[in-house]
Amino acid sequence: MATQDAKQVTVYTTPTCPYCHQVKDYLKQKGVEFSEKNVAADLEARNAMVQKSGQLGVPVIEVDGQTIVGFNRAKLEELLG
Amino acid sequence: MADKTHYDLIVLGGGPAGMTAVVYGARKQMDMLVISDDIGGQTMWSAGIENYLGFPFITGPELVQKFEEHVRQFNVPHEYTRASNLSRTGDRFSVQTHDGRTFTARAVIVATGKSPRMLGVPGEKELIGRGVTYCATCDGPVFAGHDVAIIGGGNSGLDAVVQMMKICPKVYIIERSPELRADAVVVRKAQEADNVEILTGTKVTEIIGEDFVDGIMIDSVDGGSPRRLDVKGVFIEIGLSPNTDFADGVVRLNPHGEIPVDCAARTGIPGLYAAGDVTDVPEKQIIIAAGDGAKAALGAYAYLVRLPVAEDWGQMIT
Ligand SMILES: Cc1cc2nc3c(=O)[nH]c(=O)nc-3n(C[C@H](O)[C@H](O)[C@H](O)COP(=O)(O)OP(=O)(O)OC[C@H]3O[C@@H](n4cnc5c(N)ncnc54)[C@H](O)[C@@H]3O)c2cc1C
Repeated sequence: MATQDAKQVTVYTTPTCPYCHQVKDYLKQKGVEFSEKNVAADLEARNAMVQKSGQLGVPVIEVDGQTIVGFNRAKLEELLG
Repeated sequence: MADKTHYDLIVLGGGPAGMTAVVYGARKQMDMLVISDDIGGQTMWSAGIENYLGFPFITGPELVQKFEEHVRQFNVPHEYTRASNLSRTGDRFSVQTHDGRTFTARAVIVATGKSPRMLGVPGEKELIGRGVTYCATCDGPVFAGHDVAIIGGGNSGLDAVVQMMKICPKVYIIERSPELRADAVVVRKAQEADNVEILTGTKVTEIIGEDFVDGIMIDSVDGGSPRRLDVKGVFIEIGLSPNTDFADGVVRLNPHGEIPVDCAARTGIPGLYAAGDVTDVPEKQIIIAAGDGAKAALGAYAYLVRLPVAEDWGQMIT
């Protein structure tokens, strides 16, 4: 269902963060398309993440402009619809 | 699923203990609910597991993915939230959750494991996620190019030092004891690095910052030599403490805050079981937590089969 809505989903990650992998697996399993930004390598993405989420922890998930800090399944399910 | 609020069994926790309890409970076709805001618990943080039978080497996240696939096939309802209170009236348990709901059950398995211990200094709570972090592996790279302080001179603290000294201009390591408590190999790496300052016999007294961390105040353990360190990141690695604050009204905890159990995962309160790292079991390991979870589920099953269903049950739980 989520794919038909074609929501814009971005995941801000670091390569070592286990919850980032868990989020990505979760989205893949649900068939949700997403783009990934590695904030360890991409300084611009890091600044964008801090600005949007007001904090420095990963993962941050952005669904159509709304941000979720951490792998909060309940909130993510709600935003994905 | 959304409207149902009472079950025969509620499992609190989504780590190895809770997930194994779910597998055993589901195979007994128990009417059950899991409450946990994640799946995996501490197992997610392990970079490499070499002692879980059947897997000579597997990373924590990979093992958790296997747990999740295994559990998912049973379609046991899972509420992604946390227990904030557990109480008991007669032979009925009531679980309140962080999102303000109440679930009831005839039996409960507490498998809530452990979480990183907090320092308990001013500024810490307010700045969580804003420079204060408990997962160096997760958030470390975000602090590349900034000075950071790592609190705790054990193995996990030193692992964080070795990780951060490659990407930060300056890394402080702060330890209360007179010596670092980690393995010699990592201690030597820290000692040999030009950009690592080791501060033993030192405590943190405050974390400073408005929106984000700007620094910390430290002092010698005896006091009298306060100093400010200008850091943007504070990595707290001072061990783990059991997640039992919601349960202390129902069950007596040991001095470590753990739930004492017998060899059948019983707490001494009929219908209340506990399994894994949250208990006083002597070793905290995945396979032990999983085994205890199995015992707890089979124990709860046997308990429920024997327990007569109260005739007024339907009215009582509304
Ligand atoms: C870095 C690291 C490496 C490790 N490496 C290994 C290893 O190589 N081999 C090994 O055998 N063991 C290892 N361990 C130990 C192992 O991870 C634990 O023993 C095991 O995960 C304990 O399982 P558990 O289910 O009892 O608790 P946990 O794994 O702590 O899980 C607890 C669960 O309860 C949930 N929870 C917490 N509070 C609440 C609440 N109030 N309400 C509802 N749910 C709640 C949590 O979200 C989590 O899902 C390691 C631990 C760490 C930290």
